[in-house]
Amino acid sequence: MMDVVLSYFNYWVVILLMMIGFYGVIAHGNMDKKLMALGLFQTSVFILFISAGKVIGGATPVIRDGVSVFSNPLPHVLILTAIVVGVATTAVGLALAVRINEAYGTIEDDLIGDPSHEPEEP
Amino acid sequence: MIDIGLLIFLVVVAVAVIHVRNLFTASMLFAIYSLLSAGLFVVLDAGDVALTEAAVGAGISTLLFLATLTLVDREEAPAIKPWRHHWPALLVVGITGAFLVYATLDLPQFGDPNSPAQTHVGAQYIANTYEDMGIPNMVAAVLASYRSIDTLGEGFVIFTAGLAVYALLSVPPRRRRKNGAHDKAAEKTGEKSHE
Repeated sequence: MMDVVLSYFNYWVVILLMMIGFYGVIAHGNMDKKLMALGLFQTSVFILFISAGKVIGGATPVIRDGVSVFSNPLPHVLILTAIVVGVATTAVGLALAVRINEAYGTIEDDLIGDPSHEPEEP
Repeated sequence: MIDIGLLIFLVVVAVAVIHVRNLFTASMLFAIYSLLSAGLFVVLDAGDVALTEAAVGAGISTLLFLATLTLVDREEAPAIKPWRHHWPALLVVGITGAFLVYATLDLPQFGDPNSPAQTHVGAQYIANTYEDMGIPNMVAAVLASYRSIDTLGEGFVIFTAGLAVYALLSVPPRRRRKNGAHDKAAEKTGEKSHE
């Protein structure tokens, strides 16, 4: 029983983190918060991939003396790319949030179009 | 195992990020989350990924969130009651999570050296990288030599994102606030530094 729990613990925590992020995206109206929740979701996917590449008793995949078992380098390469692209998309999302804030005076979903929150004309 | 402790911390911090209403606090907690996940990557033998996550995830994305906070409200709209939940969302999330947990039972055991991920091309890369490329770091060799065109494509993606941010923020603003120019500069340096 304990063996089963230990061998799937990483996957289950990944799913828990993923669902926390998913809940944040659905339940929060603030766009900044939505992007953070999306970031939580994204990082949980990274952890899933890196977990899949781990070998028990393996080492970081850099060739050096005295090490013969390595973890799989391919998921690492994939996630390296994904992290950088993830930040680029976050930047675009935040830029959109800033523009929405300029146009509507708020980044809350529910308040956009609410006349009491229109920005005052200069 | 250190692994389990870090994962539990990650869950606690993730709940805190979602729960706090002050966006500045949330940004800081998000940076802590990124740093913890970088620590977890070290434990899982992914040194290069940990470095990137610490620099790009914890550094640059926190910078971007803070730069945005100079332009938008720092407080999220207050909840009606402190622990009010969004029940339909909770239902959807619960069902999705249950299906995913059911699906994990088909996955290979954690760290199994005979899992499909380990026995396919991964083994060939581990065996041949040094003869082919002469670089001891396999991750760097695959990223920059075997898959260099893909990495160039990644560069195009980042360039496009940079252009999009520039296009969005450089429009002559009618109601632009006076610290807007500062934010634009911050976002652009963020873009350039990892191109």
